[in-house]
Parts: sequence; C-alpha cells; structure tokens
Amino acid sequence: MSAMEGHAAPYVEAQQGQAGELPAAGIAALDRSRAKALEALGERGLPSQRDEDWKYTSIKPITRSRFSPAAPGTDCPEDFVAAAAIENLDAWQLVFADGFYLPPRSKTNGLPEGVRVAGLADALTQNPQPIADRLGSAMGEIPHGFAAMNSAFVGDGALVEIAPGVQLEKPIELLFVSGCSGEGFLSLPRNLVILGEGSQASVIERHLSFSQERSLSNSLTEIILEKAAALDFCCVQDQAERTFHVGGLFARLAQSAKLKATTVTVGRAWVRNDARVNLDAERALVSLDGAYLAFGRSHVDNHTHISHNAPECTSRECYKGVLGDRGHAVFHGRIVVQPGAQQTDSEQSNQNLLLSANAEIDTKPQLEIYADDVKCAHGATVGQLDEAALFYLVSRGVDRETARRMLTQAFAAEVLEGVEPPALQTYLASRVSGQLSSAAAQVSAP
Amino acid sequence: MLKISDLKVTVDGKAILNGLDLDVGPGEVHAIMGPNGSGKSTLANVIAGRDGYEVTSGSVAFMGNDLLSMAPENRAREGVFLAFQYPVEIPGVANIALLKEGLNAARRHRGEPELDALDFLKLVREKLRLVEMKEEFLYRSVNEGFSGGEKKRNEIFQMAVLEPRLAVLDETDSGLDIDALKIVAGGVNALRSEERSVILVTHYQRLLDYIVPDRVHVLAGGRIVRSGDKQLARDLEERGYGWIDSSAGAATA
Repeated sequence: MSAMEGHAAPYVEAQQGQAGELPAAGIAALDRSRAKALEALGERGLPSQRDEDWKYTSIKPITRSRFSPAAPGTDCPEDFVAAAAIENLDAWQLVFADGFYLPPRSKTNGLPEGVRVAGLADALTQNPQPIADRLGSAMGEIPHGFAAMNSAFVGDGALVEIAPGVQLEKPIELLFVSGCSGEGFLSLPRNLVILGEGSQASVIERHLSFSQERSLSNSLTEIILEKAAALDFCCVQDQAERTFHVGGLFARLAQSAKLKATTVTVGRAWVRNDARVNLDAERALVSLDGAYLAFGRSHVDNHTHISHNAPECTSRECYKGVLGDRGHAVFHGRIVVQPGAQQTDSEQSNQNLLLSANAEIDTKPQLEIYADDVKCAHGATVGQLDEAALFYLVSRGVDRETARRMLTQAFAAEVLEGVEPPALQTYLASRVSGQLSSAAAQVSAP
Repeated sequence: MLKISDLKVTVDGKAILNGLDLDVGPGEVHAIMGPNGSGKSTLANVIAGRDGYEVTSGSVAFMGNDLLSMAPENRAREGVFLAFQYPVEIPGVANIALLKEGLNAARRHRGEPELDALDFLKLVREKLRLVEMKEEFLYRSVNEGFSGGEKKRNEIFQMAVLEPRLAVLDETDSGLDIDALKIVAGGVNALRSEERSVILVTHYQRLLDYIVPDRVHVLAGGRIVRSGDKQLARDLEERGYGWIDSSAGAATA
C-alpha cells in the first residue's frame, strides 16, 4: 500500500482542493515550497512506528478518523479568551482560533517602533516575497509527514519580527485555541519569529482546547536569531484529552545569539513535540528545557535535536517528566557535534519521576561527536519519590498525600524556575500543582 | 509522657531492641548512650514511626495513648518530634513551606485555626534567633547545600517552631564543632519546660556538659543495662563502655 492510499491521502486531497485559495497563492517561491511539502507528505505519508523516530509513539489515535482542515472565519468567544488570561501577565497577545488569527480578540496596541507582530496570512497577502524567502529556512529538511502537512498548507499563524537593536520590554503571547470549529477539525498554524541583530524579545506560545471536541493541532514554529539576538521562548501545552497536538520548534542561531526555550506540557492531550536547534556560528547559546506531566492515559513525546555546527557554542538541555496512572512519555534527545565544532560545551539530562507502576517512559539520550576538543555530558534517570525525603516531611506533621505532592512539584520546579516573567512562572506552577492534585484526587477516589 | 515497656524490634529479621523499658516524665531530659550498634537510632526511629522497623512485642504509650498505632504524621501532630541524625536534603521544597504545612497540620489536628501569613512569619523569625540562623534560611530548600552544623541547627529550629511535647534528638551533636554545639544546646535549653520532655540519643558525653540530663541510660544489646544521673555519663566518658556488662540486669543505680 503506498502512502497515497494511506492515512495521508485525505490531507493531500484536501490541500489540492484549496491550494489555489491559500494566502499568496501564485507567488512562485511559495507555490514551489507548498508543492514540495505536499509531495513529501504524499510520498512519506504520516509516520509509523516502523520509523525509528516514532518507535514509541503510535499515531493510531489520530488516524482512527480523519480531520478536516478548519476554515478561516472561525471565532473563539471573548469570554473564553478572558477566562484563559494569565493572571498579572502584562503582554501583547495574538489570539488564534483553530490556527486563524483573530484581530478583534488580540491586543497589539502600543507596540514599539521596529516591532512587527501580525497574522502570517495578512503579512503574506501584503508582501509575500520576504516571508516566502524565510519560511522553511529554520526547519531545513522536513523531518516527518506532519511537518510536511503543515508546510503544504502554510497560510496563517503568527509573524513576529523584531528589528535590529530593539529590546522588547513586554512579552508577546501567541494564544492558540483548537477545537473552535467543532468536532473533528484540524488546525495548522505556522509561526515565524525573527529577531534582528542585537535585539531582545520574549515570546510565549500557548495552546489550549476550546472544548472536549476531538481536534488535531499541527503547529510549527520557526525561530531565526540573527547575530547577538536573544529570545526567551516558552511553549505551554495545556490541552484537553481529545486534542492531539503535534508541535514543531525549529530554530537557527547566528553568532553569539541566545535562545532559551522551555516547553511545558500539562493537560491531558496526546502530544508529540519535535524541537530542532541549529547553532550555526560561534558562541551561540541554547538552553532547551522541558517539563511534562503524563497522567490518565495521556501521551507526551519530546524529540529534540541540537546541532553544534560551529565552534565555541554552548547547549544546555534539561527535560523533566512526572508520570502517573497510565501516562506514557517518550524522550529522545540528540546532540550532534559536527566536524570543526571545537570547544563545544554541551550538557543534557532527562529525569523522570514515575508515580505509578502502569506509567511508562522511554528515554534515549544520544550524543554524536565528530570533533575532538569538546566538553559533553548527558544522562537520563527514571525514579520514584525519595522515601527518606517523604518520611522527613511526614515526620513534621505533613500528611502523606501532601508530602508526595510537595516533592513531585519540587521535582518539576527546577525547569519552571528558569521561566520568565514571574507571572508566567507562577501560572505554570499553579497549573502543575492543580494537575497533580486532581491526579491525586482521582487515585484516592473509590 | 512516654512509657516504653518490653519493646522488641527487628530490622530485616534481625533483633535490634530486645525488651527495652523506658519511662520519661513530663519536663524530663533523658540521655540514651551506648556503643555503636546498640539500638539507639532504632529506638529514635521507632518512636517517630519510620518504616522498616518491625515491633514484635511490647508497647509505647505517649500521653497515655498507643503511639505505635498512630501514623507518623499524627505522632508529629500529637507532639512527637525527631531531630534526624542525617537530615535529608529536599531540593525545591522551601524550609518555610515545610514548616507552614507542618505547623498548620498540627493546629488543624488540635482544632485550632491556621496561622495567617503574618503571624506565622513573626513566629518563625523569633525562633530563628534562638538558633542564630539568618532569615534567608527560611527561603532556601530544606537542608540543600547546608553544612553539617547548619543542618543540625535547622533541626532545632524546626523543633522550636513546632513546639513538640516530646523531642527525640538522634545524635544531634555528632559532627558539630564546639560553637555549633553550643548554639544547638542553647536552643534545646531554651525550649526546656515543665511540659516538654527530651530524649537525647548520643554517643558522647560532650553534649551533656551543655544540656544537663535528669537521667542517663546505657543501651547495650538492645536493652537498657544501666541507668543513673549525669554522673553515669562522666563515668562512661572516663572508662568507655567496656565496663558495662551487657548481660547485667536493668537499672541498677
């Protein structure tokens, strides 16, 4: 059976049906890249567990029924957006319903000179060429069928462009709400974040579910950091049980650029993340972190790939997971030190806390070194709560359940403590503790 | 306050305590001394309720209630406190968060209202002074990166905040230099009262120069083989444990 007849076929057909209406259709560079992505989707199909990179993640829950691409014009009610606001967070905010930008729900007033924040479709319609030139450049080779699907449909999403030297004093939040169109819809947001030389910004990408409707969110973010640019990026995935989320984070760093990217997965969705960071020139620095909770029957897969392509670059990677019930998590972290990338300094760790005998973690740290003057360390741990620490807390009068929660939260805190600004960190800590409490409540319920 | 009768305890099937009797009255300070492996720490852990210790016979009554049937957190709420020999480092849990949770759990247990943030802070600041600790210790993770002396002072600080009826100090003096020892002893002495009893588990007489006990017991072979006043500790310091015949009967002095 060829892939064309397989699970990818309905999406290939859907794209063919609307290719002519996608934003900036007819612009040669864009037509070409969409056609190339469509071809990749058709040929490779959607990933299967026969692919080494998908060995522990079955997409059967997604392919059980087909999803229809959502159409522009879907709304997300104002009260939902208001209720979802992060307390005390002062930020510019772009809101997207099933991947489509909603200007009336967004707050972009007062942006300083040199900052462009827009819906990608609008930007493509206005002046397609410069964007078409950058799209796909941070991703490079298309890693799998979902990224191909996103690229074949590329249309709306967020464009964030910071001019050289500009320092943004407030974060920009991109809020994606899936399931707004009803049952069975697919959203395909594509985000492009470009920081000019010496600029500084903070971007929050947050994904929520509008309802319990079944939805597929296939989201892809490309980050381009020019020389000495610094981006603080936090991706929050907080979706409902029947949401399927495939997230891509592809970054390219020029000389002395700095990226701090933290992905926090709470909620009950099925999640697959691919993060790929290219350190392209000297002294670039990436700190790639993640915290994930997998409770109930949720599935969270983080695939990361950091490539040291130039000398004197630094990478720090720390992913921490807490798994309970029948939760399943996967971590595959690849660090590649390319020939000539001397004086690479790289540390990677993946730590997991297993709270239930039925939870499962598959972890695979992987280091490939093709240079000789490097400092690299990596490791993975899987463990339970420390009984000695638990008894210490209990011996002070704390009940066992609270003590467990305190220790579990403390475990995840290491990743959350690095998140800025404080309002976001507080919000994430409360989401984590809320989910740990509700998981504990379900365990103790009869 | 605490009455232990014929307590027998095994660990991994091995007999550690072999019929221990101990009676600690209100306001009394008892020192339990003995060579390594005599069962001193086992006694401390059994009182606190740690897992892994099997009580095969005997009883422990605390304020007239059966202590052994209580969950460890309830023992703490009823007023039992163990200062650990090796305090655990708990990254990510702030000292102040633990104390607030522990203190309020005890207050709820007694049917008292929880302390509000302001009153709580006032209380802990006052107790910090007792052990000469800086306020920043409140916000640091429990024992994380603390020196040996700081860890022991932190135990006494927690004890001061939780105000137990019975404090068991498990080799709190070990590894302390003389200055830290004085601070720890000063903290314990300040907390001595008519309603509070203390059991000092120690290997050395040194601590007892600073915290003067009402009674001294020698534990050997899992039983108390000799009891006396503070002079007994001095004799032990001079002559070692060798002269004590572990087969001898219980309290003779």
